Amino acid sequence: MTNIMEAQNVKLSYGKFEALHGISLNFPEKQLTALIGPSGCGKSTFLRCLNRMNDDIDNINITGKILLEGKDIYRAKLDLVALRKKVGMVFQQPTPFPFPVYDNVAYGLRVAGVKDKQLIDQRVEESLKQAAIWDETKDNLQRNAQEFSGGQQQRICIARALAVRPEVVLLDEPTSALDPISSAEIEETLMGLKKKYTFIMVTHNLQQASRVSDQVAFLMDGELIESGPTEQMFLAPKKEITSNYLNGRFG
Amino acid sequence: MHEIFLDELKKLNTQFMEMGVQVNELIDKGTRSFVDHNKKMAQEMIEQDKIVAKEAITIEKKALDLMALQQPVATDFRVVISILKATTDLERIGENANSIAVETVRVKGNPRIPDVEEIISRMTHQVRTMLIKVLTAYVQDDEKTAREMLDGHADVHYDYRKARKMIIDGVKKDPNVAVASASYFVIIRLLERISDHIVNLASWVIYKSSGDLFELINSEKETSSEKEIKEEVPKKSKKTKKK
Repeated sequence: MTNIMEAQNVKLSYGKFEALHGISLNFPEKQLTALIGPSGCGKSTFLRCLNRMNDDIDNINITGKILLEGKDIYRAKLDLVALRKKVGMVFQQPTPFPFPVYDNVAYGLRVAGVKDKQLIDQRVEESLKQAAIWDETKDNLQRNAQEFSGGQQQRICIARALAVRPEVVLLDEPTSALDPISSAEIEETLMGLKKKYTFIMVTHNLQQASRVSDQVAFLMDGELIESGPTEQMFLAPKKEITSNYLNGRFG
Repeated sequence: MHEIFLDELKKLNTQFMEMGVQVNELIDKGTRSFVDHNKKMAQEMIEQDKIVAKEAITIEKKALDLMALQQPVATDFRVVISILKATTDLERIGENANSIAVETVRVKGNPRIPDVEEIISRMTHQVRTMLIKVLTAYVQDDEKTAREMLDGHADVHYDYRKARKMIIDGVKKDPNVAVASASYFVIIRLLERISDHIVNLASWVIYKSSGDLFELINSEKETSSEKEIKEEVPKKSKKTKKK
């Protein structure tokens, strides 16, 4: 199995405080990797390293390597826009822009300089279909995206991320602000999309991790404690501390 | 909250062990009543088996509640699921012991074959030793001892084959032992089945401690006594190891 991304000994410090202590983890292509761990363990920080979202924070220092298709994304002269086209992101709170659904989904393409109206039309439709929100939006493409329900907004955001055809999509607790039905719809969407894209998802919902992920990585206090196939992690993890966390004994 | 879960798990473990002790007693009583021609003891134990069956339901209900309400995963999941599955095997052992007692009632007053009864006593001793060992291995998460159950199982199987031959020879020599012989056949078969269930219990001990799930029989090296009987007994098809 090919690894589309590889983190090698990633350390991150805010000034003197080291938040990630050297994380090495591979992300297999077209799989969903769940990052789990107690609050403050560094999983979101680590996720944000994967498309250089932490760069602008004052006093931050990141060492180690993060390879995307074999090339370090922290190399000099890297085109950040090109990186984020390849590594998209969906946040905890749905963040549609305050304009029509169509323009939301077309946004990334337009930023990337695509002017072909026919191509944009086609991508918008495809992406909305892939994110399983087409049926609910096809007659309302000019409606403000913020007028949709939370679950629908999140799927519009997924469609927006998919429109630029990324290699990897980062998901930072994508369903924690949603009700169980909307969460289930997002999960179902992800299950379908896994065949085409690689997902890396931070989640506090362990049942969600067990349902949708192929691989699970457990982080604690800025360290990677254990990672492995989901079935192994949930049935027979190698470390007792992993079992204790999964059973909610701390965190 | 998780203290409550651990407490419930502890209680479940204790109940499972208590059931194991009761079942062990049932095997003893079942065969002892048969060999000693003790019809009264046999009738008593039929009552005791009902208690074991009730205990099994209590354990199963508690395990299912824990699964549904606490949704354990990883180590906790393996503990609960192995109890749930092992309880079924223990209950079957109890039922088999009970069936041995039923044969006591049936055979009372008929001519017997002392040599066969000696083998039955030996097989009983063997399965009881195995049951105690496997229950201890369960408590101590002792995978090594669990795997050793195969050796004991091979011995039981060997005695089973030997007893069969003795019974056939006995009937040929004196047809008056036919009634007892019919019961002997049932009993040695039941003891062999008990041994099978003990091997199943051993595989749940292994699953509980390692997460490896496979049927022990035929998955490990064969002992010499198994080889001897191989020609006569076709091997059951077994699943391959899975995780």
